[in-house]
Amino acid sequence: MSEGERARLMEEVEEKKKLIANIRNKPWRMKRRLKHLKEAQLFVDKFEGALGKGKGRKLYAYKVMMMKVLMGLPYGSIPRKTVPREEQDTAMDYSVLTDFNEKKRNWCRTYTLHKCSSNFKTFFTLTHHGYCKYSVLFYGYYNNQRTIGFLKFRLPLSYLMVGIGTFGYSLMVVIRTMAKNADVGGGDGEDSEFTFAWKMFTSWDYLIGNAETADNKYASITTSFKESIVDEQENQKDENIHLRRFLRVLANFLITCTLGGSGYLIYFVVKRSQEFANRDDLGWYEKNELEIIMSLLGLVGPMLFETIAELEEYHPRIALKWQLGRIFALFLGNLYTFLLALFDEVNAKLEEEKDIKNASIWFMKEYFANFTANNPNETGTPPPIEPADVIRGPCWETTVGIEFVKLTISDIQVTYLTILIGDFLRALIVRFLNYCWCWDLEAGWPSYGEFDISGNVLGLVFNQGMIWMGSFYAPGLVGINVLRLLTSMYYQCWAVMACNVPHERVFKASKSNNFYMGLLLLILFLSLLPVVYTIMSLPPSFDCGPFSGKERMFDVIIETIELDLPSFLGTLFSYAANPGLIIPAILLMVLAIYYLNSVSEAYKNANNELKKKMQMARDEEKNRRNNKDSTNQVMKDLEDLLPNRSNLPPPEEKKGQKPKVKPGAAGNAVNLQKDVSLASVNPNARGPVTQAPGPRAPGPGNSRGRGQGPPPRH
Amino acid sequence: MKNKHLQKISFIILKMFPNFKQQYFLSRLFHRYRDLAPQLVPLDYTNQPDVRLPYELIGSMPELKDNPFRQRIAEVFSEDGEGNMTLDDFLDMFSVLSEMAPRDLKAYYAFKIYDFNNDNFICKSDLEKTLNKLTRNELTEDEVRMVCEKVIDEADLDNDGRLSLEDFQHMIVRAPDFLREVCNFHHRFTSTMRGKMRKKIQEITL
Repeated sequence: MSEGERARLMEEVEEKKKLIANIRNKPWRMKRRLKHLKEAQLFVDKFEGALGKGKGRKLYAYKVMMMKVLMGLPYGSIPRKTVPREEQDTAMDYSVLTDFNEKKRNWCRTYTLHKCSSNFKTFFTLTHHGYCKYSVLFYGYYNNQRTIGFLKFRLPLSYLMVGIGTFGYSLMVVIRTMAKNADVGGGDGEDSEFTFAWKMFTSWDYLIGNAETADNKYASITTSFKESIVDEQENQKDENIHLRRFLRVLANFLITCTLGGSGYLIYFVVKRSQEFANRDDLGWYEKNELEIIMSLLGLVGPMLFETIAELEEYHPRIALKWQLGRIFALFLGNLYTFLLALFDEVNAKLEEEKDIKNASIWFMKEYFANFTANNPNETGTPPPIEPADVIRGPCWETTVGIEFVKLTISDIQVTYLTILIGDFLRALIVRFLNYCWCWDLEAGWPSYGEFDISGNVLGLVFNQGMIWMGSFYAPGLVGINVLRLLTSMYYQCWAVMACNVPHERVFKASKSNNFYMGLLLLILFLSLLPVVYTIMSLPPSFDCGPFSGKERMFDVIIETIELDLPSFLGTLFSYAANPGLIIPAILLMVLAIYYLNSVSEAYKNANNELKKKMQMARDEEKNRRNNKDSTNQVMKDLEDLLPNRSNLPPPEEKKGQKPKVKPGAAGNAVNLQKDVSLASVNPNARGPVTQAPGPRAPGPGNSRGRGQGPPPRH
Repeated sequence: MKNKHLQKISFIILKMFPNFKQQYFLSRLFHRYRDLAPQLVPLDYTNQPDVRLPYELIGSMPELKDNPFRQRIAEVFSEDGEGNMTLDDFLDMFSVLSEMAPRDLKAYYAFKIYDFNNDNFICKSDLEKTLNKLTRNELTEDEVRMVCEKVIDEADLDNDGRLSLEDFQHMIVRAPDFLREVCNFHHRFTSTMRGKMRKKIQEITL
């Protein structure tokens, strides 16, 4: 500020201060007095700090600093970070996120670059987008300078690398987890030898010392038994094949219709929202219609699927898988329709850009012309155009980012509201109305909400898919999602403990969670596709973002190779990029996949053969002990061939002599300790087992140390 | 004062356990036993006093109080078969249930624990009792019956309709969870003060 300006400002401030001091003495009506008082106080607060004294000084310094930080010097282009002139009057903060026309005074005070309109009229009018559009959350914020600062940080290159690298890293992590799970758990519902016996004898955890943990353990053991029981019963049911098949086909047909219907609905709504973009008098519903419809479909769809699926009568675990698969298909259909509509918008913006490019060149020429016309005597370059006045192109990447952020936010809202209303309110009603209601609310209809584990896990998977898709264009989306996950964890934890009962269905979709990881992998791949497509084929906006001015986004890599790396690497890359090299490499990878696949098939078959062998050996052993005929036809024939020979010596001797060596592990362990008479005990001549721990009275003289096993029988 | 009684018990301990670590654990165990009923248990054990703690005291220990099989555990390890344990029984119990005990020993005692009627076989009624204790009677009778039949079906090798020790051994030794979760009292008593261990050992042995 110049000296003259300072002096003038100081005078004004003094005047206002005097007014504040004397306002009581003025013979005005109350209303007028209050109005003037408010204005004067505002004025003083604002400018006293600027002058370097008074209470406002620190606040002012803070404001200046925040401005600088928001502007992000030197990491962004100034015009992209300033609110354009025509939007300034109506711009409000964070309205991109909520599109609720709320006025937040404190935000305005710290983040304004220009005077924030305190006009309450704007509360009810529409806003366009607001300050967030121009912040670090979105793509448009970043500048396209090749290197920044003293250390020559290559911003565009790093933006691209981080974007692609996120996908690569996620892919690796997901596949590694799946491989690890495949190792540990194996398939689900495998045919284990001693399922029930192990469940009965090894399920209690002896380390439990807390009553509540014990309760949970009892409940989980009960659930696990019920699951196995149902499993067992399913295997023994009869079938009426034809009716069942017909019903299944019918059910699938209905579900396909539903999926098609929802896809069309979304397409229709997206088209409508494009029309709306041109109108100005939209209510809150119209602005958010797309996101609301998508979230509602996500709620209603699964319920519909479950009802239809009752026709099918599958085994519960398989039915669960079908259900999850259908919900997944619904979500994918919705997302891709949404994306297609978004692409239409992007193309429209690209068209618009061409016009704006011309317009901005004209504007520059005009500006210079005016300047020289008005100041004929000054030479040298005119001052740069005020940032807010620069004409800027429609930044399609930011639009895409905004759409994803809106989708995520509405998803969050719908989830939280559903829990609040569907679980909490319901629990309150059931608990308190139960006292004065005719039928038992808790046992009968509304009862408490169930906690649906599979539904919730699926929700997390979908959320992650959206984040993957949107984070290239709105880097801040990742931060928003992290916050959302943190709060959602505590919120849902409380909701489950306070309002939910365990789910009736006792099955998990897969023992090792590989089913969900498979879904996650699929969604990762599907969200990779649109991003890679846009990187490779759509031209970036000409004036916004780190790739502005280039033909394609990946040109930045080529530029880096040419300018930053030694030249031989450049030639090396150009050889490597030759199709003559790439196609054989792809062929080789396909062949490797085929080979590994057949090797794993062979191993699976070998495994099954071994299992069968073990089962047969066990049956043989059983039968031999029981003096029964062998069940194996081959063995039977062999026995018949051998003349006069019984291969079954008298049971007592047999059991006395033969050490219990069974095919497979434990035989050795049992025989290790000579003391232990476990293996050679004769069931027909058993002594009192309770004496096994042995005489204790002589006590310390007994050289058998404790922990070595029961002593030999005397 | 502390040194004196530790020395007295060290006579017994030294004979049985040349391993210092075990000596330390045993002295802690003795204190655990004594803390259950200080007025009944004397500090001086050289004369082998006949002291039995009633089952109620044992069953209220934190390691056992939530365990559905605590009564059976106490009965199996007690001399009189009623759950009243002497110090020897107590030490026996903890040694079998610790992580240092060999697997076959654990299997043997597990068999005895699940054998409710003490006939050296786990018969159907034993299985039913076990299941009801595990699920706190939440399953219906049909379900209980079905599970018990399945268990006998799976594990009974000699086809006598009940599980003998070999059948049980054969089955339990293949279980993936057996050592890790079953019959393991682990950290609760074995150590929380490893830092002071060396000092204590010096006290004991000097």
